[in-house]
Parts: sequence; C-alpha cells; structure tokens
Amino acid sequence: MADNKFLDNVAGRTLSKPPTPGDIFFDKSFRFLTRTFTWATIFLLAFIVYKIGGHALTALPELGFKFLFTSDWNSSQNIYGILPQIWGTLYSSFLALILGGFFGITIAIFITQDFLPYQIEIILKNIIELLAAIPSVVYGLWGIYVLVPLIRPFANFLHEYLGWIPFFSTRLSGLGLLPAALVLSIMILPTIAAVSQDALKAIPHKTKEAAFGMGTTRWEAILRVMVPTASGGIFGALVLGFGRALGETMALAMLVGSMSTITLSVLSPADTIAALLANTFPEADAGLETSALMYAACVLLLITLIVNIAGAVIVAKTTPGGNKK
Amino acid sequence: MNEDSLQHPKLERQPMEPRALKSIILSTITIVCAVTACIPLFSVLIMLLYRGGKRLTFQLFYTLPPGAFDAPGVGGFGHAILGTAFMVGIAGLISVPFGILAAIYLAELGPHHKVSEIARFCAKTMTGLPSIIAGVFAYAMVVLLMGHYSAWAGGIALSLLMIPTVMLTAEEAIKMVPNPMREAAYGMGCTPTQSLIKIILPVAMPSIITGVVLAVARAAGETAPLLFTALFSESWLAPNNPTASLAVLIYNWSSSPYQNLIELAWAASLILVVLVFFLNIISRAVGGKTKL
Repeated sequence: MADNKFLDNVAGRTLSKPPTPGDIFFDKSFRFLTRTFTWATIFLLAFIVYKIGGHALTALPELGFKFLFTSDWNSSQNIYGILPQIWGTLYSSFLALILGGFFGITIAIFITQDFLPYQIEIILKNIIELLAAIPSVVYGLWGIYVLVPLIRPFANFLHEYLGWIPFFSTRLSGLGLLPAALVLSIMILPTIAAVSQDALKAIPHKTKEAAFGMGTTRWEAILRVMVPTASGGIFGALVLGFGRALGETMALAMLVGSMSTITLSVLSPADTIAALLANTFPEADAGLETSALMYAACVLLLITLIVNIAGAVIVAKTTPGGNKK
Repeated sequence: MNEDSLQHPKLERQPMEPRALKSIILSTITIVCAVTACIPLFSVLIMLLYRGGKRLTFQLFYTLPPGAFDAPGVGGFGHAILGTAFMVGIAGLISVPFGILAAIYLAELGPHHKVSEIARFCAKTMTGLPSIIAGVFAYAMVVLLMGHYSAWAGGIALSLLMIPTVMLTAEEAIKMVPNPMREAAYGMGCTPTQSLIKIILPVAMPSIITGVVLAVARAAGETAPLLFTALFSESWLAPNNPTASLAVLIYNWSSSPYQNLIELAWAASLILVVLVFFLNIISRAVGGKTKL
C-alpha cells in the first residue's frame, strides 16, 4: 500500500505529459519557420550574386570584356575600364599579405609556443583582437593624419637613394600604395594570427615533446616540426587574410590616392576596385556608369568569393578535426 | 679528451653555441615583432584621446554640424549618433531573428541535412563578403526600388553583414548545450520546439548574445555599406531621407578643408571606438570567458 501511495504521489507531481494538438501544431510551424530561414540564407547569397550579376550583365553588351583590360574611366564619354583597379587591388593586397602574414604568423608562434606566462599571453591575444575591432574608417583617419606624415620622410629617403629600384621609382607625395598597404596589413594581421593560432594549437602536444626529446632547440622544433605540421592551416590563414584585404574598402578609399595608374612603385598613388566603388558610386549617373560600377562590383565579388572559398576549404581540409563528418 | 667530454658533458646552458644563439636571435626577433604589432593599436588610441578628446563635450551629442563659416569649436553630430543607432537597430531587428532561427535549424533540427550543409557554407562565404558588396546589393535592391537614399536601405545593407555572424555564433552556442538536457526535455514529453524554447535557448543565450553584440559592434563601425545607401545628411534623422552615420561622417569630413570638421571627425572616431570597445567588453563579460 505504502509503495502504491508513493507512486501515486510521484505521478501526481510530475510535469511530464504528452504534447497537446496545439503543441504539435506549434512545433510543426516552428520547425517550418526555421527551415524557411535556412533556405533563405542560401537564397540570400544567390540573390546577391544574381542581383549584382544581373546589373553587370546589362553593361556587358556595351562594355564587353575589354572593360577588364582597358584603363580609362570617363563618364562624359561613357568609356569605362578597370584594369588599373584590378591591378591595384591585387598589388595592395599582396603587399599587405607579405607584411601582415609575416607579423601574423610570428605572433601566432609567439602566443602558442609557450614563450609567455599565461596572463601576458591572454593580454597580447586581446590586443591583437582589438586591432580587428577598430573600424576601418578610423584607421583611414589615423593613416591620413598620423601614418602618412610619419613615413613620408622615410619613403622619400628611399626614393632618393634607391630610386633605381622600380618599387621606389616615384616620390610619396602624400597618399599612396605604401600607407594603404601598411594599414591594410594591420587590418588583416588579426585574421592571420587567429587562424594560424588555431592551426598551431591543433597539433598534438606529443609532436612537440618528441621533437624536444630528440634534442632540438625551441626554434628548431618550431621551424622544422611545428610550422611544417601546421603549414596547411597557416596557408589557409594567409589565403583568408588575402581575401579580407581584397574586399577592404574604406582604408583604401581614404589612403590609396585614387589614381588610375598601373605601377610597380609602392610610393605612387593607385586605385582599387572597392575604392573606385566607394568614391564613384554616390555621384554616378544612373545609366551606364552605374551598370559599369555594378560590373566592377561583380568582378570584385567573384575574386573574393573564389579566394575565400579556397581559404575555407584549405583550413577545413588541413586542420585536424576541422573536416570531421 | 673526447673520452672526457663524453663522460662529463657540459650540462649548463651554452648561450654562445650556434644552435642556441640562433634560437635566442629568433626569439628576440619574435618579441620585437609582437611589440611592433601592438604599436598601431596604442598609436590609434593615443591619437584618438589626444585629438578627439580635445573636442569631446556634451554639445557634440545634441547639436547639428557647423556651417562652413561658423566659429571653430561650434557644432556637433547628434544626428549621426542617432542615425547610426537607428540603422544598426534596423539591422539587428532583421538579422537577429533571421540568424537565430536559421541557426536553430542548423544546430538542432536538421544538422546533417543537405540544406544545412549548403546554408552553413553560404553563411561562411558571406562572412568573407566585402562590405562594399553589401552596399551595392542594398543599392540595387532598395535604393533603386524606392527611388531615393534612406535609412532603411542602410539598415538592410548592415543586416547582410550581421546575419552570417549571428547565425554561425548562435549555431556554435546551441551545439554547446549538453545533450542530457535535451534528452531530459524529450523524456518529459516536450516537443522539439518546447525543448528548444524552454531548455536549450535559455542555456545557450549568453553565447548567442555574445555573437549578437559582436555583430552589432562590427556593424556600428561599417562605412562602406552606408556610403550609397544611407548617404549622408546635415539634419536630424528622417528614415525616408538620406541619413547621417558616425562612420560616413568620419569619412566625409576626414578630407575636409575646415579644421573644425576635421576636429569633429576625430571626436566622432573617439566616440565610435569607445562604443565598439565597450560592446566588445560586454560581449566578453556576457560570454563569461575569452573566446578563441
């Protein structure tokens, strides 16, 4: 009897009950809603590509593919070409990648390879993350009023004495590729550092212990064991950083000088696709010029999509645990 | 002699030995690199405090921009603060429900469906989308349709950048909820929806909020999507007209010939950076621990 009473009590107090028809209906509609939004994500990306591509296509018959290989942008005569912008985008991103990549990977090694006490490691990591939090337009402002005056004497010294090297063949008259690439490298550094850190951290601890057990010094272990093991992830980090640099707009629009030239000189002004869009779009004619800009946007979209997808695939393929099904 | 060195190896540290020397040199280079990388952050912060701090008064928050011939030290950008808040608000209203609902499906209801895999891939791709592309898209979608620049278009452009961030962080957050909690909920006869709303989402909420706050911080600083969707204005917020924002204000006034406007651009930068850092700190506090 006592047992029975106990059971009754439990049954009376429990919260469990089968769902009512209302609950089931609510459940079904909620699930439907979430699935709709999942589909919407896919459609959103497709729609972005479709919409920009569609506007670009209206410009294609008039501008053709020579748009990509000519260098005049003249809205009064309806002549458009973006070769200098394509060159500037790739060149500035490449310069930023060299610098940002070097610093980013070095910092990733510094943070992950037990150089620092834990607390300082965290502080350094937070500082690097905050670098990424500063809006690019603030970097642009800083670049104009702090960085350019700072590097100008140095840049002109380079031109004076090393002007025969094509990279320094012009004077830095103010804005130009060098300050733009410097700011760009600061902006991609956190991405590269973060992804490389993940790659380095994913290496099992035993690998390093084995290297130390063989009698390697710290740097022999890092350069011959750790970095080669993480090389896939680090390469992916570089590709992702490159992708970020390609699409970065404001710092370049403010610092690159917006001049349609194709030059090797890092001290000369140049232009990029994103900067062209930022500077020209607000005042563009509604007709062919807007379509031409959409065409340029489409080119930028395709370049960044390819680079970013490549980077994501490399990171997923090479990071252990990144490709688990 | 050889015999002796074998029996009595030098066990002390030999800093001048080539291998050890190389190690020391490389370590020094690394430290120099790390310190150098921190310089820009401090330089930016010091310049913001120095040049922006000079103009930081309460007047900034409730006055409109000065005219070209106003006395130096006059004017503010209350309209831009309001504009940024309004457009980020719209972006949040669109992207938070969108992102969280999609994340629920990705993490909980159909994680291995083909749709989820493709959607996850799309979201990851969208995080790498150049922000100016979001502006071009919103221009083609909203501005051309409405026929004029507006705060709505700006908000929609910003929401495109927030959706993938909110979605991916929310997905991770929901996945982190321990499985026994789900099983307990199902055991009590909950439908999947009930278990989500009553158990899983409340547990995952701090991490979801972290993601949302980070997305808001990023959107508040974005300029490129607003350049030709919200444009800029010199008057108070009117959502159907061009609208000012802090970021576009900094861009427009940075190359101004008037010292007064440049000073205001620095002050606006200071406010923007303080806001963004504040949001970052909140997100960390809510998240409870430092994120990777």
